[in-house]
Amino acid sequence: MASMPDMSEHATRAARWRPAEIVFWLALLACGFLFPSRYLIMTEILRLGLFALSLDLILGYAGIVSLGHAAFFGVGAYSAGLIALHGFIPEPVLALIAAGLIAAVLGFFTSFLVIRGVDLTRLMVTLGIALLLEALAEKFSDITGGTDGLQGIVIQPIFGLFAFDIFGKVGFFYNLAVLFVLFLLARCIVHSPFGLSLRAIRNNPLRASAIGIPVNRRLIAIYTLAAFYAGVAGAVFTQTTALASLDVFSFERSADLMLVLVLGGTGYLYGGLIGAVVFKVLQDVFSSITPQYWMFWIGLVFVVVVMIGRERLHRWVMWLPHRVVQQFGRKASAAVSGGDAS
Amino acid sequence: MSIRANMLLGAVAAAALVGGSAFSAHAADTVKIGLILPMTGGQASTGKQIDNAVKLYMKQHGDTVAGKKVEVILKDDAAVPDNTKRLAQELIVNDKVNIIAGFGITPAAFAAAPLATQAKVPEVVMAAGTSIITEKSPYIVRTSFTLGQSSTIIGDWAVKNGIKKVATLTSDYAPGNDALKFFKEHFTKGGGQIVEEVKVPLANPDFAPFLQRMKDAKPDAMFVFVPAGQGGNFMKQYAERGLDKSGIKVIGPGDVMDDDLLNNMGDAALGAVTAHIYSADHQSKENKEFLAAYEKAYNQRPGFMAVGGYDGIHLIYAALQKTGGKADGDSLIAAMKGMKWESPRGPISIDPETRDIVQNVYIRKVEKKNGQLWNVEFETFKDVKDPGKTKK
Repeated sequence: MASMPDMSEHATRAARWRPAEIVFWLALLACGFLFPSRYLIMTEILRLGLFALSLDLILGYAGIVSLGHAAFFGVGAYSAGLIALHGFIPEPVLALIAAGLIAAVLGFFTSFLVIRGVDLTRLMVTLGIALLLEALAEKFSDITGGTDGLQGIVIQPIFGLFAFDIFGKVGFFYNLAVLFVLFLLARCIVHSPFGLSLRAIRNNPLRASAIGIPVNRRLIAIYTLAAFYAGVAGAVFTQTTALASLDVFSFERSADLMLVLVLGGTGYLYGGLIGAVVFKVLQDVFSSITPQYWMFWIGLVFVVVVMIGRERLHRWVMWLPHRVVQQFGRKASAAVSGGDAS
Repeated sequence: MSIRANMLLGAVAAAALVGGSAFSAHAADTVKIGLILPMTGGQASTGKQIDNAVKLYMKQHGDTVAGKKVEVILKDDAAVPDNTKRLAQELIVNDKVNIIAGFGITPAAFAAAPLATQAKVPEVVMAAGTSIITEKSPYIVRTSFTLGQSSTIIGDWAVKNGIKKVATLTSDYAPGNDALKFFKEHFTKGGGQIVEEVKVPLANPDFAPFLQRMKDAKPDAMFVFVPAGQGGNFMKQYAERGLDKSGIKVIGPGDVMDDDLLNNMGDAALGAVTAHIYSADHQSKENKEFLAAYEKAYNQRPGFMAVGGYDGIHLIYAALQKTGGKADGDSLIAAMKGMKWESPRGPISIDPETRDIVQNVYIRKVEKKNGQLWNVEFETFKDVKDPGKTKK
């Protein structure tokens, strides 16, 4: 890197924490205190955000498309469920890591299938793996509980101190902590030379290999890591809901995840989190207005979002805040309007 | 990059919005019922029937009972248990509902059970039919049925009517396994023989490969359980495979011959004998009125799910009447225990010990009347309790 001062300087600058990021995380934390009646839906948002973060790692940074990411989520969920049910590891945090590792092992082995193809074959392969696992979980119903799901999961208190309550308070903060730690890790990874090499692969695999990047090894590594993340998301799901049923593998789960990431944008880590917020909020609002036809409205919104374009929509939403910022007219406004022009 | 920074702020604003909408007013003169049903997805027909029936009942009987206004809050869980759990919890904590009701599938009823216990909120199960549900919480009351009630009776009936060899086809989940277990127990005890046992995935309604195996096993009859809503598809494939002509009769609990689908099944369904708790053809004043009102309102024949919903909301009304409007969980549950009334399906009551439903089970045969298919009842078994519990 020493021979490319521009590049390394660019990388360091990109890795620096921006004020908006800090505000974002503080806001998430604040939500935990501001809306005590909405813990469960907020937990769902965080979980979906973590899951989307996992897909963003492979899609946004390495350019691997996947329609079967629920495979790892499901393996994580069932692993955590079985671990708790049979009392292998009573402590939830350790069980969480174990479940993530099990998903990572699966990710490692399936990555060889995934790196072979291009986009369309990858969609097929990933989708196939998820469907395969779903069928297996249904078939081995004496282990997984089949369609009825795992019954009677009891999750022990975290570190033996914090028991999960019915209002979901502990679940929420647990989820937030897990998300934050994994986010920090992901942030380090994508800004590291390894992360930069992934981006080179995404932009042009052939050129990347020409400058000496071991393309396949890098892809296997990131795919395995993403599987770990998805597995942890699944494990958190089981731990906070005390449920694991076949729908953890469902195609809808993978497809929703893709939607979330399309809504939020790929390749900057926050896309999944923002997408998850928007997606779940829309779902919640529409389905409480019209429990029967909410899918129509949410579909309509997605089509509109794609037609208008996320960036433009965003500019409209931020028009008022911009005005406010410009009133104060300092360096901040210059930075914001600079962003607008791009 | 700063666009992205802005998006972060936008997301924060959106999160603030959703949180803000959470707080809702709560009036003391209102009794709130949280109705959680699958309104989308594979089980949507169950949800729609129950929702229709509840609306119909409230239209007929008004929305005030014992001086309290009854308000129903409908939520869609798409039959996914973790949705059910979240919705039930939000209804209890945020909307302060007095009763949760609905529950299209067994796992959904299970998921809400701990909440019912902890919050002391009655859970009125209007659809799910696995025996063990009511044992999951002392606040669960059921107004649908259990698979054991109908499966034991069709098992005995098959033995008595010269059916020796039966192949079974059941959906592979708790109610299906209940149906199979109880049928097998009664049928083999009477000397019958199971020649082929097939479990089909719940989420995969392609019966064709399974039906071929049924045909090859050459039984006298096939015992079928598929959940409400899948019967139409099953009978279509049954006819396509020519099983109706091979002389293999369909027997089973009545779920497969669900009334709301029966008319579209075609003549292949003729002669199917099922044991069940409700037939739209049930001869009583209550049912005639219910049938006419439902058909008028929704232009469709009600099935047994609709009756489960209709009786469920009636039970809530009657309990409120009895407590004089007191809507806390313990009073309501106490009032519901032992409640007896004449439903469109016939006389029913709530067992005071198990909080499960006690009802007549009818043996019915599909016949054509005035160009329409009906489940015509020809034998009645009175006051059947859930065999899953009476055994203990």
